Amino acid sequence: MTFRIGPRTNQIIAYSVLLLMTIITVLILFFIIGYVFKNGVGQLSLEFLTDRTREMGKEGGIFPSILGTLLVTIFAILIATPLGVGSAIYLVEYTRGGMIRRIISFGADCLAGVPSIIFGLFGFIFFVIQMNLGWSILSGGLTLAVMILPTIIRTSEEAMKAVPYTYREISYSLGGGKLDTILKVVLPTSLPGILTGVILGVGRAVGETAAVIFTAGSSLGIPTSLFSSTRTLAVHFYILAREGISMPKAYGTATVLIIIILAVNFIAYRLMHRFIARYY
Amino acid sequence: MYIRLHPFRSTHHFMMIKISIRDLNLFYDRLQALKNINLDVKKNEILGVIGPANSGKSSLLRALNRLFEIDGARVSGEILLDGKDIFSIPINDLRRRIGLIFATPVVLPGTIYKNMSYGPKLHKKFSASVLDEVVSRALKAANLWDEVKERLDESASRLSGGQQQRLCIARTLAMEPEVIMMDEPCSGLDPISTAKIESTMLELMEKYTFILVTNNTKQAARLATRTAFFLSGQLIEIDRTEKLFTSPSDKRTDEYIRGKFG
Repeated sequence: MTFRIGPRTNQIIAYSVLLLMTIITVLILFFIIGYVFKNGVGQLSLEFLTDRTREMGKEGGIFPSILGTLLVTIFAILIATPLGVGSAIYLVEYTRGGMIRRIISFGADCLAGVPSIIFGLFGFIFFVIQMNLGWSILSGGLTLAVMILPTIIRTSEEAMKAVPYTYREISYSLGGGKLDTILKVVLPTSLPGILTGVILGVGRAVGETAAVIFTAGSSLGIPTSLFSSTRTLAVHFYILAREGISMPKAYGTATVLIIIILAVNFIAYRLMHRFIARYY
Repeated sequence: MYIRLHPFRSTHHFMMIKISIRDLNLFYDRLQALKNINLDVKKNEILGVIGPANSGKSSLLRALNRLFEIDGARVSGEILLDGKDIFSIPINDLRRRIGLIFATPVVLPGTIYKNMSYGPKLHKKFSASVLDEVVSRALKAANLWDEVKERLDESASRLSGGQQQRLCIARTLAMEPEVIMMDEPCSGLDPISTAKIESTMLELMEKYTFILVTNNTKQAARLATRTAFFLSGQLIEIDRTEKLFTSPSDKRTDEYIRGKFG
């Protein structure tokens, strides 16, 4: 006698297994966030957010690190977004899927898989020493820009490839040139996808430790120019925890970091939904 | 006594021809989609183009507004628009003068107004009020104005399929074209939407020259002044529509319109 599962039972099993997997994934996420919050929320106060860091982080707040994180990330995004989107436009609209496109795409994929500490080392040797920029927001931002560039190129490329060919045909048949078509049809249509890539980039940049510790340094002063060294939140957290300076302050820092990342994602998705609701 | 050389006759003949196609070949790589086409399109007629799939109907349209160039195709031969070689006309001007409506209505993402103003804005700088006027006139001509006048700032993709296709027609009309080419414009539409588009075409016939590619031979019979039958890239026969549908001279035309193949 053989044991057979009827199609109905089959469906139920498949449904249960998939649901269980989803629940596990969500639980892991909530557990991590919840654990950090539980240990860190107690530290949060206006003073913690706005005060200078004192005694290597044992006392005081994390204002310099918040500022440093924002500056390094914004600088990286400002460099990487135009470069990445520009390359993606070239790849999708001007290379017709030939050898060049495949080589560049392959290169971008490889670059995306390189561990961040390698980027840190590269940034240290190239930007900090070779170009003599020193440990600075500039070096850190440039290194992060190089690091997130592949993500932005690949997501923008996919977003533009997903724009139906007929949109381009319509634009040309209405007398549009190539540039009109790219600027007025392809880019607006693929904007949500491009934005997703930029958000992923922001997420990586905000949370990056290895690449910035070698390039932006770990100064606790309030940055005064792009040439100031700074310590990002992730680096601050790493040093506080690694050197056993103050675990409560470390969790407080981690909480702020997570809140920033959640806020960036939330705002970006709201903007995106508003955009989609408006145009599609 | 003097000999009259019929100067008027030839000019008159020339005036009547909107597009003149001579020895036209079109190649996609090694595949030849059009073979030695000779064809005149008269002013203010609706020229029906029928034929089975892959007969070269769409390629003909893409040759006339040089859209084949974005596909990487090549052509040889001559196409004259009002007696002027289309390859000597600036491309955006050519595509403004010869509009193309596609089989599936594709609205660009964005509002109805944005769809309508896309073409005109590419060609000229209009003041806002003039642009509004151009948009509303084109929508009226396409019999869509009453349905959309209150919602020009709504997303165009919320319109029904038939409305979207009329929007595509209006979008082309907004560029003030001379020739309107339609590539199976009603293939995805219900009979009521189809009837609306057909009546729009008949109204517009006085002002424009139409080339109507259709898979629906009955539609060609209803609308076209003359009809051309294409088969595997060749023009088999062109004649007045009544003549072509009642007593075609070629056996293949007869078989096609009686539904023996295609």
